[in-house]
Amino acid sequence: MSQDLTELGVAAIRDGVAKGDFTAVEVAEAFNANVAAAQDALNAFIVATPEKAVDAAKAIDAKRAKGEALGKMGGVPIGMKDLFATQGVQTTAASHILEGFTPEYESTVSQKLWDAGAGMLGKLNLDQFAMGSSNETSYFGNVVSPWKRNDGGNASLAPGGSSGGSSAAVAARLCPAATGTDTGGSIRQPAAFTGITGIKPTYGRCSRWGVVAFASSLDQAGPMARDTRDCAIMLEAMAGFDPKDATSLDMPVPEWEANLSADMKGKRVGIPREYRMDGMDEDVLKSWDDGIAWLKEAGAEIVDISLPHTKYALPAYYIIAPAEASSNLARYDGVRYGLRDLPDGANLQDMYAATRAAGFGAEVKRRILIGTYVLSAGFYDAYYTQAQKVRTLISIDFKNAFESCDVILAPTAPSAAFGLGENVDDPLKMYLNDVFAVPASLAGLPAMSVPAGLNREGLPLGLQVIGKAFDEQGVLNAGLALEQRAGFTAKPDKWW
Amino acid sequence: MTESTYRIQGATGDWEVVIGLEVHAQVTSNSKLFSGSATAFGAEPNSQVSLVDAAMPGMLPVPNRECIRQAVRTGMAINAQINKWSRFDRKNYFYADLPQGYQISQLYHPLVGEGSIEIVLDDKDPEGSTKTIGIERIHVEQDAGKLMHDQHPTMSYVDLNRSGVALMEIVSRPDMRSPAEAGAYVAKLRTILRYVGSCDGNMDQGSMRCDVNVSVRRPGEPFGTRTETKNVNSVRFVMQTIEHEANRQVDLIESGGKVVQETRLFDPNTGTTRSMRSKEDAHDYRYFPDPDLLPLELDDAFLDDCRNSLPELPDAKRHRYESDLGLSPYNAGVLTADVETARWFELLLAETAKAAGKQPADVAKQAANWLISELFGALNKLGTGLAESPVTPEKGGELLALIAKGTISGSAAKQVLELMLETGDDAGTIVEREGLKQESDTGAIEAEVDKVLAANADKVEQYKAGKVQLFGFFVGQTMKAMKGKGNPQVVNEILKTKLG
Repeated sequence: MSQDLTELGVAAIRDGVAKGDFTAVEVAEAFNANVAAAQDALNAFIVATPEKAVDAAKAIDAKRAKGEALGKMGGVPIGMKDLFATQGVQTTAASHILEGFTPEYESTVSQKLWDAGAGMLGKLNLDQFAMGSSNETSYFGNVVSPWKRNDGGNASLAPGGSSGGSSAAVAARLCPAATGTDTGGSIRQPAAFTGITGIKPTYGRCSRWGVVAFASSLDQAGPMARDTRDCAIMLEAMAGFDPKDATSLDMPVPEWEANLSADMKGKRVGIPREYRMDGMDEDVLKSWDDGIAWLKEAGAEIVDISLPHTKYALPAYYIIAPAEASSNLARYDGVRYGLRDLPDGANLQDMYAATRAAGFGAEVKRRILIGTYVLSAGFYDAYYTQAQKVRTLISIDFKNAFESCDVILAPTAPSAAFGLGENVDDPLKMYLNDVFAVPASLAGLPAMSVPAGLNREGLPLGLQVIGKAFDEQGVLNAGLALEQRAGFTAKPDKWW
Repeated sequence: MTESTYRIQGATGDWEVVIGLEVHAQVTSNSKLFSGSATAFGAEPNSQVSLVDAAMPGMLPVPNRECIRQAVRTGMAINAQINKWSRFDRKNYFYADLPQGYQISQLYHPLVGEGSIEIVLDDKDPEGSTKTIGIERIHVEQDAGKLMHDQHPTMSYVDLNRSGVALMEIVSRPDMRSPAEAGAYVAKLRTILRYVGSCDGNMDQGSMRCDVNVSVRRPGEPFGTRTETKNVNSVRFVMQTIEHEANRQVDLIESGGKVVQETRLFDPNTGTTRSMRSKEDAHDYRYFPDPDLLPLELDDAFLDDCRNSLPELPDAKRHRYESDLGLSPYNAGVLTADVETARWFELLLAETAKAAGKQPADVAKQAANWLISELFGALNKLGTGLAESPVTPEKGGELLALIAKGTISGSAAKQVLELMLETGDDAGTIVEREGLKQESDTGAIEAEVDKVLAANADKVEQYKAGKVQLFGFFVGQTMKAMKGKGNPQVVNEILKTKLG
């Protein structure tokens, strides 16, 4: 075989399998080999499931032999973030408290992907319970980014978080695409850090049923892949109304792939002035300016917009998300499944304390404590109620801004990937990574990150497109326009 | 409206008792509030548990329309405000019977707002002794599971069958002033729930339980500090709890102590309450809106459907029985106190009217009296109830029609009922077999009367001279001559005519 199948993305594999250029099994085996070869160095997977990838591929090849339809993702093996429950395969949320937990059910999103013809290469590492921006909070060890700085040093870099296993795996060609989840930037920031594309759709597009909950009002699944088209294809397979999720959107899934267009004529692109902050990274600013120029070239009109409450978004997010998390994570109590630590002579309270002390990592505990505090009697109004008001104001900001523009362009993250260990002792600095990502999460809007280029250190930078609610098409189209002009082809040198 | 005169006589004077009740009523529904699991009582432990009820990772609640519908119908039945916009909140606390680590409830925006029910304090005088008890709200929430402590020497087991079952929490205003009022309130509420069909009201199975809030004060003074006694599960226990708790509080205050706001438990074996936890140990439940659920918004079509599906409610039925059927207030009260009794009575009435060829209103009093004094008494003796009665409304109607048509006498009817209960045969068969038919033919009776008068000419003279008490003698003689089968009414009439 002359072609390296692992260089192919979703569309190329789907079309190649359908045409018979190669078999789905060949694709699965090629990726399985990459997964195995990279595991020690990158630690992107918590569990590899090569046999599942091959079994799904065999089924696709058999369907093709019978002339049956192969599905939107027919023959495409993918990585599954280990936040999605997968029937018969350990599902941990990268925590010790769920180590060994094997669900008897399949999340709606993963089931839709299997139904669309995808196969599973394995369960991808992440920040524990999706809480983190560097993948360093995983109980199963941090993921290492495949990227290195061009400074001749050999520092290990963060792949971003919380979907760091997904970003690293796609960037390192361990899978053509992966699922991610985004609560406050967990798809977009790791995508930006690793030079790949990821989209968080409108809140409610993808069912949350079977996804381990972090912050219910914010959690949203989405695809992470090499380019915009691949994201469009995979999002079509993932999205759709689910009666088992009361917050699911009861709307038809548009044909995003078929309607992709990089022509921005007649479109207005808003540039939020509040996102231009003091002391911002010069390379990030330059890439933003590049993005503006590219979209202008694509025919868009550039308009200055204001999102006046931006500076309150991050503090509000770090009240709302931990508040919900503190309640969502109460179910991990050692009673019914997962870890149980029952010291000799322990009563129920002792069991709770021992189990949760042993089962949760430091960042998870920090957020449970913050969340418990802000919901406590006497503090609720000052924190939670106030944060909800801010959230409403943020939504109104966007609504007003979208009166004068169709999409918004901004950086995805304030910097390129940082070194592992650089921010672990400073949670506030770590939280600042989400400053550009969080507003769209609070407003439930679709937002994507597209690779824009490399910084002076040779590391990828991402540009973020934020759209109106339900207008994933507008976001994807602007993303495609950026992608075509950015001409981003860089990939990490294989050092593993 | 009557003012309660119930007082606790303390050493230092009289004390008034103030009572508020929170009633937890299990919603009648085939499945749980947020999952599709079944809700049958008494099933094998953990046999009615879905992934949602067990709070498996990634599971989500989806509201059950039927549970919401039943709560709205209940709200309508107590004339309450129905909130078209309401929301579910999480009440957070850890316990082994609470898989999610929180109960989904409604603190800030309940489904049902202010309403009220009218209670009757004296069954003999239902009109003159009513009191309106305010209801603050009804909210919908999940029940918890159950711990079993008798399965293992050192461990407790968890049964999640109840976990997630829908409850209505019906919160009264502190409007009750005596154990009797509280008892009447719980009984009336249960009656309404059963009429509506939103709760079976079976307190012994736990489908209706009360949290009893009690405080005492000098009449006319502000409210005292209250205690809350949890999970009291019968009307009698509610009354006992109040009596004990009020006396305990009075004794405490009069001996120089202070009532502390606390949660207490009722012990049915001793009829007393004991402290469970004080306010200081109370949980901080950290209520906040459940982010898994959207606010509940009800449209007019849904509300119309709820309203149109309501049956005639007990108060309306009682008034109708009095005004349209001419029943006594007492009988109307007895017959409407339970929806099954009322249903039985209405069937009996229809059958009786049909069999006797009369209007229901013409046989209503007879049917009501017979049901209350004859059938209830007979069933009581047998230790059974209306639901298991071998005499159906149809069979009862046939019996009553025989009386109405004069075919049998009232005293014979008692005998027929006994035989019906004994043998299961119908009234007509028994009357034939036992020869209980009475003679109503005027000609035959007249002949007998003539014979009696002729044989007792002296007494007839005395009667005509003014000894009217002899009338009974002539009746007795005639009946004796007819072996008790003469229709007493006809005998009376003929005698009166003949004696002038």
